[in-house]
Amino acid sequence: MQTANVNRLTPYLFLAPAVIVLAVALLYPIGYMIWASFLNWNPSQRIGEAEFVGLRNYMFLLQDGAFRESFFVTIRFAVIVVVLEMCLGVGLAFLLDRKLRGMTVLRTIFILPMMIAPIVVGLMWRYMYHPSVGIFNRTLKSLGLDPVPWLSNGDWAFASIVIADIWQWTPFIFILSLAALQSLPSSAMEAARIDGATGWRLIWHIKLPLMMPVLIVTALLRMIDAFKVLEVILVMTNGGPGLSTEILALRISRTASEFRELGTAAAMSNLLLLLLMLLTLAMFAYTKITEARAARLRARAEKDS
Amino acid sequence: MPEIVFDKVRKSFGAVEVLPPLDLELNDSEFTVLVGPSGCGKSTTLRILAGLETLSGGEIYFDGRPIGGLEPKERDIAMVFQDYALYPHMNIARNMSFALRLAGVSKSEIEEKVTRVAKLLNIDHLLDRKPAELSGGQRQRVAMGRAMVRDAGTFLFDEPLSNLDAKLRAKMRTELAEMRDTIDKNMVYVTHDQVEAMTLGDRIVVMSDGKIQQQGSPEELFKRPVNRFVAGFIGSPTMNFLDGELHTKDGSTWVQGDGYMLPVTGETGQRVSQVATSRNITLGLRPSSIDPDVTAGAPIELHIAVAEYLGAQSVLVTRCGQTEVLAEIASAHRFESGKVRTFGVATDELMIFDRDSGLRL
Ligand SMILES: Nc1ncnc2c1ncn2[C@@H]1O[C@H](COP(=O)(O)OP(=O)(O)OP(=O)(O)O)[C@@H](O)[C@H]1O
Ligand SMILES: [Mg+2]
Repeated sequence: MQTANVNRLTPYLFLAPAVIVLAVALLYPIGYMIWASFLNWNPSQRIGEAEFVGLRNYMFLLQDGAFRESFFVTIRFAVIVVVLEMCLGVGLAFLLDRKLRGMTVLRTIFILPMMIAPIVVGLMWRYMYHPSVGIFNRTLKSLGLDPVPWLSNGDWAFASIVIADIWQWTPFIFILSLAALQSLPSSAMEAARIDGATGWRLIWHIKLPLMMPVLIVTALLRMIDAFKVLEVILVMTNGGPGLSTEILALRISRTASEFRELGTAAAMSNLLLLLLMLLTLAMFAYTKITEARAARLRARAEKDS
Repeated sequence: MPEIVFDKVRKSFGAVEVLPPLDLELNDSEFTVLVGPSGCGKSTTLRILAGLETLSGGEIYFDGRPIGGLEPKERDIAMVFQDYALYPHMNIARNMSFALRLAGVSKSEIEEKVTRVAKLLNIDHLLDRKPAELSGGQRQRVAMGRAMVRDAGTFLFDEPLSNLDAKLRAKMRTELAEMRDTIDKNMVYVTHDQVEAMTLGDRIVVMSDGKIQQQGSPEELFKRPVNRFVAGFIGSPTMNFLDGELHTKDGSTWVQGDGYMLPVTGETGQRVSQVATSRNITLGLRPSSIDPDVTAGAPIELHIAVAEYLGAQSVLVTRCGQTEVLAEIASAHRFESGKVRTFGVATDELMIFDRDSGLRL
């Protein structure tokens, strides 16, 4: 009896130190943030001196037009870049999934942007978007076309940060979809060729559906990341002109450093965190559901036979 | 239902030559079985025929029309894969109808065909399930069904039964044999199971190392194998091979080796009596040619090691001199292990192979 008990508990005993360390390391900052979001706290105070204001910071955010604006900018940004990057990345994967000489080099070049530090990417694009000496406007000029207000007009600025993000993160989708594509079961593909599916129809009816689980997880990962993007936009537009590119992360950092409202910034962070957690949960739920479904089906098939 | 001709078909993977120039003719409406040991190029031959592999040389003709450069879908073939290769994201009905849908066949016709074939194969209650919801045997049927709704001119099978358990395999083998007689199509069937080959094939093509050793009806291969390889491959339990010398004297012919001396009679005896005397040969002795009744033929002394009980028949594992010899005996007879006993050999069923070339004399 006793040994059985010990045996059952032993694994947890061994896990306990790691779990405790992880829990403290993870939960302490989050707890700190939640506590801070209930305070009216400016950076010159110690946290103990700040006034407790309950949910006032959250109430304020709900009515704050600028926050709402930046919330929508963020969602619009995340959805647009993920959709475009998925299309481009998956498309590229199909294009480059062939055994040709030089493919490895080409693929390596394609994933370079992902490896550059975001600050550098931001600087690079800011120079390229420069109204007079940037490569885009110089090219337009030499073609006899009017210059474009890349970063100085609200709509153009939003488009510009979308383009920069696509440039940097399409490679991420590309390598994951290429890996998914190359690990598809070859016999199903051969059966489809015998059945008469070639080219587009093979992609549409067989390859894409089979890649779907990987693609969905990839899109969710990218979405979570897109909600947190900061440096590139900070360097390129710093949220402007107006609030046109002020994504949440930027608004949070400005609320803390410029407006010196640590409590409000913390409340915003928590709302963002909540959103991301919902997305992550959706991702886990998706994998769980597909796994559970597969397990149920297997069980049913085995019972049958 | 085309007549298919392989004309000096070659296939290499990089530096490895899998098929040396291969000539093969498949007749109209015939069930041809490609059989041979693992790695001999059976699947490669089938896949080249299907258009899944490119030719390295030579040409394939369907009714005289070269098809080597055509895509699989232009060859009017259907194929059943060893691992079934069902589409995991489609339900069974959609799996079966995929080719028809691509070909733009009308909805009502698709439904009619799928239902008919599904009934035939006893899978009509599974149509809205996904492949993952089926057992191995059911998946196998779906794979068959997917090929059958196609109404193609040629059907290709690559070891379709090898993933099934023994009982199910025997059942499907029988069903396939029935189907073979009702469907009037070219069928090419790859297997390394010689029982499958014997029961299904109108014609069997025995391959080894990419080369065709012999082709013919099951009976031809069993009774008149051209060489030692074919003789050893066809028949179960496998033929016994004993080294020996062939002697002819005064019109009688006999073989003599370590622990045995047997006269060679019948057709074989007449034929080999022409060959020079004292020649080194390999004697081929079918397990079924050995009888516990000594008077049934010429006597041979065998040292009994084990009896493997198979039901009505038992396989006796024995030794003749240093060579292992299998004998197929009715189980009614009981034998004690470790004893030496005299058996009778049907001497007109003996086969004589040249020791060096392996050719049957
Ligand atoms: N894609 C490939 N690349 C390189 N070698 C290959 C390839 N496909 C097959 N081979 C080789 O060709 C030979 C014949 O293969 P094949 O699959 O035709 O054999 P098989 O007769 O079907 O054997 P089995 O009974 O095991 O299925 C083998 O030696 C195999 O290693
Ligand atoms: Mg094979």
